[in-house]
Amino acid sequence: MVKRLGKHIRLIVQLCWTALTNGYAMGFLKGGIYKGELKKICVPGLNCYSCPGALGACPIGSLQAVLGEQGKWFSFYIVGFLMLVGAFFGRFICGWLCPFGLVQDLLHKIPFPKKRKRLPGDRYLKYLRYLVLAVLVVILPLTVLDIVGQGSPWYCKYICPSGTLFAGIPLVLMNEGLQSSLGWLFNWKVGLLVVILLLSVWSYRPFCRYLCPLGAIYGLFNPIAFYRYEVDKDKCVSCGACTRACGFALRPDVEPNSTECIRCGDCIRACPTQALHRRGFGKERKVEREDGA
Amino acid sequence: MSRRARDITAALTAAAGAALLLLGLHMGEAEIVLRKAVNICLECIGLG
Repeated sequence: MVKRLGKHIRLIVQLCWTALTNGYAMGFLKGGIYKGELKKICVPGLNCYSCPGALGACPIGSLQAVLGEQGKWFSFYIVGFLMLVGAFFGRFICGWLCPFGLVQDLLHKIPFPKKRKRLPGDRYLKYLRYLVLAVLVVILPLTVLDIVGQGSPWYCKYICPSGTLFAGIPLVLMNEGLQSSLGWLFNWKVGLLVVILLLSVWSYRPFCRYLCPLGAIYGLFNPIAFYRYEVDKDKCVSCGACTRACGFALRPDVEPNSTECIRCGDCIRACPTQALHRRGFGKERKVEREDGA
Repeated sequence: MSRRARDITAALTAAAGAALLLLGLHMGEAEIVLRKAVNICLECIGLG
């Protein structure tokens, strides 16, 4: 029982965290959103603050909100938050605490012929998330201003599929007033969401790998975060089991702290010699294989 | 980079992050976030 639970521990954590941080049931019942003081606190994952259940704020939405404010050119609060979370966890957040990551994980469980670990053009597409971060999250909100000197949240407006799925669609379904305002922008965002969701069935977490600006930020911390992976070179037999287990086909035996790794732990479980292990907070922690070997 | 160097870098990054976060709080940035987050963001849901 404990071993079976351990196999699904990540899914359980993802579900519990999503329910906990989106637990404002009245929002779903009344078609509104939570308006309390907790909303000034960011959650670590990509979680739209306009989701009816959201109890916290999305760091990427918040970053654009502050940068778009008149007279602001930098957000100490959000950058500090991202550095603090990143220094401890890196992209562990993506693998364990992101609601949209959970959605992609669940979709990828759907059987589909000839699944791919990477999309065609991966060599170039994997850098797209940095472009999205630089242009849509930082540069455009800072430089394209309206008549009162405020910038728009370009990433949220034109890209964010998490906002469309968890906020846009539920709110539009529950509010007739919003339904009358639908136009090309909503159609564009729903279309993009559908494409990403369909790709998620075929390929592993395409949004996280190619488009997510939050993952791009957290990935930069992977090599130094307190929570990181290490390889015992004396034990590693270079069998390739870790790469075969990795949803992104990374090489954890060569580069255990790749900026693309979301810390799902599949490579550690697959390692036949326990050469891969997690480096915990302050001390090394060996991980037992689930089969007890 | 050695394990110790990584740990020190992480500690310095965390400390700098905490300092920036507190500075941002002092400058009232959390209020900006709150003001934005308690209203339905029309851009976020595809209506703005």
